[in-house]
Amino acid sequence: MISPILLTVTGIILALTAGIPLLVLTDQAKAQKISAVLHTLAAMAGICGALLSLAGGSRESWQIDWGLPFGPAEIAVDPLSALFLLPIFIVSACCAVYALSYWPAAENPESASRLTLSFAILTASLGIIVIARHAILFLAAWEIMAVACYFAMTVDSRKKEVREAGILYLVTAHIGALALFAYFALLKGEAGSYLFPPAGSLSASAATAIFLFALIGFGMKAGVVPLHIWLPSAHANAPSHVSAIMSGVLIKMGIYGLIRTVSFFAAIPFWWGVLVLAAGVISGLIGVIFAIGQHDIKRLLAYHSIENIGIIAMGTGVALMGTSAGIPSLVMLGMAGALLHTLNHATFKPLLFLCAGSVIHSCGTREIDRMGGLLKKMPLTGALFLTGAVAICGLPPLNGFVSEWLIYLGLFRGIIDADTFNDPYFALAAPALALIGGLAVACFVKVFGIAFLGEPRDERARDAHEAGPAMIAPMVVLAGICALIGLLPQAVAPLLERIVFSLYPGMAASGIKLAAHASLGMVSIVALLLLFLLAGTALLYRSRLAKGPVTAAETWGCGYQAPTQRMQYTASSFAATLVGLFSGVLRPHTRTPQIQGHFPKPASFRSHVPEALLEGFYLPLFDGLNSRLSLVRKLQHGKLHLYILYIVITLLTLLVWSHFRVRS
Amino acid sequence: MPVFVNTLVHLLLTLLFPPLLIGVINRTKAFFAGRTGAPLLQPYYDMIRLWRKGSVFSRTTTWVFQAGPLVTLAATLAAALLMPLGNHPSPLAFNGDMILFAYLFGLGRFFTVAAALDTGSSFEGMGGAREATFSCLAEPALFFALVVLARISSSLSLSGMLNNFPLTVWFGFGAALLLMVGALFIILLAENCRIPFDDPNTHLELTMIHEVMVLDHSGPGLAAVLYGASLKLFLLGALFVHITVPFRSGNVILDWLAFAGSMVLLAVVIGTVESTMARLKLTRVPQLLISASILSAFAMLLVLRQTP
Repeated sequence: MISPILLTVTGIILALTAGIPLLVLTDQAKAQKISAVLHTLAAMAGICGALLSLAGGSRESWQIDWGLPFGPAEIAVDPLSALFLLPIFIVSACCAVYALSYWPAAENPESASRLTLSFAILTASLGIIVIARHAILFLAAWEIMAVACYFAMTVDSRKKEVREAGILYLVTAHIGALALFAYFALLKGEAGSYLFPPAGSLSASAATAIFLFALIGFGMKAGVVPLHIWLPSAHANAPSHVSAIMSGVLIKMGIYGLIRTVSFFAAIPFWWGVLVLAAGVISGLIGVIFAIGQHDIKRLLAYHSIENIGIIAMGTGVALMGTSAGIPSLVMLGMAGALLHTLNHATFKPLLFLCAGSVIHSCGTREIDRMGGLLKKMPLTGALFLTGAVAICGLPPLNGFVSEWLIYLGLFRGIIDADTFNDPYFALAAPALALIGGLAVACFVKVFGIAFLGEPRDERARDAHEAGPAMIAPMVVLAGICALIGLLPQAVAPLLERIVFSLYPGMAASGIKLAAHASLGMVSIVALLLLFLLAGTALLYRSRLAKGPVTAAETWGCGYQAPTQRMQYTASSFAATLVGLFSGVLRPHTRTPQIQGHFPKPASFRSHVPEALLEGFYLPLFDGLNSRLSLVRKLQHGKLHLYILYIVITLLTLLVWSHFRVRS
Repeated sequence: MPVFVNTLVHLLLTLLFPPLLIGVINRTKAFFAGRTGAPLLQPYYDMIRLWRKGSVFSRTTTWVFQAGPLVTLAATLAAALLMPLGNHPSPLAFNGDMILFAYLFGLGRFFTVAAALDTGSSFEGMGGAREATFSCLAEPALFFALVVLARISSSLSLSGMLNNFPLTVWFGFGAALLLMVGALFIILLAENCRIPFDDPNTHLELTMIHEVMVLDHSGPGLAAVLYGASLKLFLLGALFVHITVPFRSGNVILDWLAFAGSMVLLAVVIGTVESTMARLKLTRVPQLLISASILSAFAMLLVLRQTP
């Protein structure tokens, strides 16, 4: 039996070495291929390790005596780690292969090595985060992840908006890290050591501050509203495959941290769950409403990440409320839904970002309103984008539906459990999730319809070309996973059960089964039946078409004889009613021209939905702080010799401190 | 054998009955207008005739345009297997099927709107945008109603919620159910694009939703669109009828007849509404839909305060 942890560590080390070939080899194109092969090998090892751990359901750990004064470190692979390892390795390998054609070293000689190196370090640090069981190791990996991601996303740093997005990301990442420092310090006080305590071993009575710091620190990374401000611009301005790993994997580290944190505590207070559920509902709604107003395809996808993080948080909230109320079915349904949605979002969102990347590659713009008719030029990318769009909307028969369905079941289970809850939390959350789903459909039908259907709106879109096989293949893999989980969800049920049991050791003994509360087999039957019905109607229809006369004509213009592509509906016009309905939240900037006279002059209309919270709240706040704290800023003057002095002073202080500590 | 027979009746009703509802509605409208009106079976003739015709496709369109009506029809047919009809559980009843039911309609909507956008026509773009916008607003109302039904019946499946819906439930939860029925009727009219939301008779008004979306479909594709739309009316109508006509005799034949009779009655009611009301101004539509959500939210509040 090969050990899961050995395979995982091998995977992480292989991923780390993937950054090296471009630094040492002169043939950059070949080096990039070697790097992609290394990432693929890393993924094979890592995925095998994760699957072994999920299949066995056991926990395996290694002690590392690293000679630091925080006690020996520990790394471990348990089912929860394994679930998060899967997307790390799947997405990183897909992105590395995609980069061969999207960011070829031959065409980007100065940036490719930097991008590949930081991407490799990012992958490895993500892997370490989910296997670390020691606060200092975790924080170190967390910092490396933040910095590596910064270098990967700002590779195109000649553009002003890329630099601005990078700085915003870096600032918020460090505010989040600051909260995590506080969190781990308090946790150490509670647990007595820097090692992570075992599941359910701490009392939650004095843990309010711990929970809140974790929620801020991890919520910042996950992009929970109102801590999401860094996310849209960072995802939009990074290279598409970096956006894919950020959205699919990096922000999930926040979810991992939160689930790991709450697993430490037994008997958690009810309001923890309510707070997480409420944060989830708000993130879901705000995310999807802002997404509708966007016409930059990557910004739009970024807002959908916020929405999906919200859905995951809703599932987590249901599970937490179930824990404190002592209802195992709620814990099972909520947690299984949240975990599966984490995995699902890590497949369809990278898929969508990679599709968006190939569209941007081909059209040279991120503006949906300049695209159109791309399905004819890029049939594969279009079909794959459609797959991702149906999956992210949570529509059957793909994977997004399965996880949202589990969360719905948890909410409805809470609603009919009359004896325990008379509170309306679940009853309000279920329709909110339905609204999120409806808005997501509106948003994705908009993107797909405007970008891929109709007539091209721009010269570049007219001359668009299909992406190469190195870009298509990773997307096919991701779409395949979407379909597989959607059509055969019962296959993942035992894996989800094992994760829940590892988080709640008490539940394993009770013999509760996910299948007893959620008949995933029936979902699978209906999903397959749907495909069968579709195949049947399509066959009938095709045979009918073959017989009858089929005429090609122009789209009917209601009598108008000279339609142009400029008369088509645009993304802005499609979303106009919804943006208007939610304008209180969105604060759209619109400039409507005044049209006067019988022969009006040419006029232009402009509309834009900015990040309202950032512009309306955070930037004024930071500007205010900036002027107030000018005295403190004198410490940072850019004079290197004084910085060295700071280090010397710190060292001396530490020496004196440890001297007296040893004495006492 | 009864299970087999009932499933057979369920499937036959699902496949054959829906166009009749459209016929009844049109006949009712003709009655109010003082006309003789088309035969009750006219929708069947229309669909058969369309199926036999040739097709015209715009050069702008792709396979998505042809897939639109087919996916919508397949999704609606799948949803038909989840909705209980008469006094019998659906062929595929399981916990959480009401969510799948709602989401299958979502899938249909996704592809209908995508097919509309595929033509590149601004008319169909308008229709698509309106459909997507208004159905978003109808979604919470439907789910509040599902919450009410789940809470009353302590069941997580449509069959559990809607079968065994005796008159006594109305005595226990009358106020809440009344509010919910109001909301459900609004959803029924909105989702099926009836007056006051949409006018299924006109084809070129700019205030329209569904008809303008399917403007470019022709021949067999249009037949699939019309059939799918009547099936959707049938299914949402069944949901409505289960609650408003709490009559269950226990006799198999009587129950099926009662169900079919109340469906026809519902069609007459819809026809009456269409004949006596004008279409709303487009800007009023969201308000009515939001008020449906508010109605069913109040129903939920009443039921939550009242332990069954």
